[in-house]
Amino acid sequence: MNPLYRRRRIVNAFNLGVSMLAVAFGLFWLAWLLWTLVDRGLGAVSLHMFTHTTPPPGSAGGLLNAIFGSFLMSALATLIGTPVGVLAGTYLAEFGSRGWLAPATRFINDILLSAPSIIIGLFIYAVYVTQTRHFSGWAGAFALSLIVIPVVLKTTENMLRLVPNSLREAAAALGAPQWKIVTMVTWRAARAGIVTGVLLAVARISGETAPLLFTALNNQFWSANMNAPMANLPVVIFQFAMSPYQDWQRLAWGGALLITLAVLALNILARVLFREKNPLR
Amino acid sequence: MSSVSGTICGVDTAAESRTASRPFLPGHHKRQSLYDLLFRGATRAFASLVLALLLGILLSLVWGGWPAIRAFGWGFLASAEWNPVTERFGAVVPVYGTLVTSFIALLIGIPVSFGIALFLTELAPVWMRRPLGTAVELLAGIPSIIYGMWGLFVFAPIFAERVQPWLIEHFGSLPFAGVLFGGAPQGIGVLTAGIILAIMVIPFIASVMRDVFELVPPMLKESAYALGATTWEVMWHVVLPYTRIGAVGGILLGLGRALGETMAVTFVIGNAHRLNFSLFAPGNSIASALANEFTEAVGELHSAALIELGLILFFITYCVLALSKLLLSRLARMEGQQS
Repeated sequence: MNPLYRRRRIVNAFNLGVSMLAVAFGLFWLAWLLWTLVDRGLGAVSLHMFTHTTPPPGSAGGLLNAIFGSFLMSALATLIGTPVGVLAGTYLAEFGSRGWLAPATRFINDILLSAPSIIIGLFIYAVYVTQTRHFSGWAGAFALSLIVIPVVLKTTENMLRLVPNSLREAAAALGAPQWKIVTMVTWRAARAGIVTGVLLAVARISGETAPLLFTALNNQFWSANMNAPMANLPVVIFQFAMSPYQDWQRLAWGGALLITLAVLALNILARVLFREKNPLR
Repeated sequence: MSSVSGTICGVDTAAESRTASRPFLPGHHKRQSLYDLLFRGATRAFASLVLALLLGILLSLVWGGWPAIRAFGWGFLASAEWNPVTERFGAVVPVYGTLVTSFIALLIGIPVSFGIALFLTELAPVWMRRPLGTAVELLAGIPSIIYGMWGLFVFAPIFAERVQPWLIEHFGSLPFAGVLFGGAPQGIGVLTAGIILAIMVIPFIASVMRDVFELVPPMLKESAYALGATTWEVMWHVVLPYTRIGAVGGILLGLGRALGETMAVTFVIGNAHRLNFSLFAPGNSIASALANEFTEAVGELHSAALIELGLILFFITYCVLALSKLLLSRLARMEGQQS
């Protein structure tokens, strides 16, 4: 065999082998992480965890107040963030073809999408918590909603762009005003995609810890008062995992498994929904 | 007479036009265009809101950090001191920790991500691409606090017991690099944080790289294959030059994530405000300093210094992400011209 040819073959085989090793490397961590979670978390998950509030160290308890708080704040954040994201995304896709506002917003939104979430927490702390003078569930919900907005905005814009122009033109030819074209034609056509975006946003915020540290803080007790500090799963996990108490750490692993399963389920649901329900693909 | 017939005619025509073209009544039309205006205005207002958000974040950070900015000036960036008791603060230690951990993350993350993207676009059998790509993307969805817990409880002990002693033994006595591997194997520290970050950013970088590699026109690759190039040569001499800008954009996106990552780092970096060049020593990053100290900060100056750290972090990530965005959009435009 020609030595040059052989050398090229060897280089090729070697590099492709390394590439496969890289894949194995990536999957290895995923497998290890998930295995640890199941191994340590499954023992802590029980009915007790869903029916009792967070315990003081050394006694039995569950995560009920944290689960409730997380659920409430995520729901409110989604309710606040979704309309803003959808409307802003609509502007970018439908009305923003001229002028500087749409390109500037698109650029800034992409940056907000990956901006450190702890900065969002600082921002809400500065503008809301210092004004009201206490940590509160509302502050947490606002912080999370600021993370929802860029995700929803981005997917809404992308999905509306997939809607064929002939649909809009058909509606316009029938004499429909613009707002009817958008709300009754393009939004409907892009509905599955927009819902996917919202689900991805919910998945993203349900595991966010950093923005809640300075906003919702935490609460040892059951509280549904949005104007008081509110327990939430990520911060409870953080606090319990960093503590020296065995039973707190056990609960933290249970909570971690719970969050991961919820996030993975939401991600998979979003993908399945997008693939099956979307008429635009 | 004629006037009567005129009115009759007038009534008739008016009635006729009313039935024939009801939607075009002036009132109705006016109302609809008012709704249009309102709707357009609302979407526009919310788009501006997003724009204002960035400005608001910037202003609130400057405002919140103002006492520290005024007290320390530019010296804040050059001082390694962090003493809440004497109220002397400097940014060197957390900034150094942030940069070093992110650098380690990229050092490990870039080659691995490139390998994964190469495998996903060129090597994997078609049936395998989608599930494997999804697995990589799911890895990106796992909350960072989980990485942190896993790093602290599972990875760090094993790392301290098995890997660090080996590294100290083999690299600890090198002339210059030795200082990086000095100290006791504690498990937690800058290197551990960097490795956990690497595991976190690999999915981000890999999925962007895969997406940009898929932009390469099949014709280009097929021509190279037809000339007898090996898979690796096609990748290295055709795909990579074509997508270089996009790949760098993806790397910067990963860097942006790594710089601002809070929870994964907070668990394992050790939170020590000491400047130590050993990778095994505990350090601090901006985000972890904020996460650990902010709610417990006493005194205006301590909080202000922390907020100023947040401002620095925001500035760095803004630059990195803006650059990444510019590069990725340049690739997209190039793509648009050629197809």
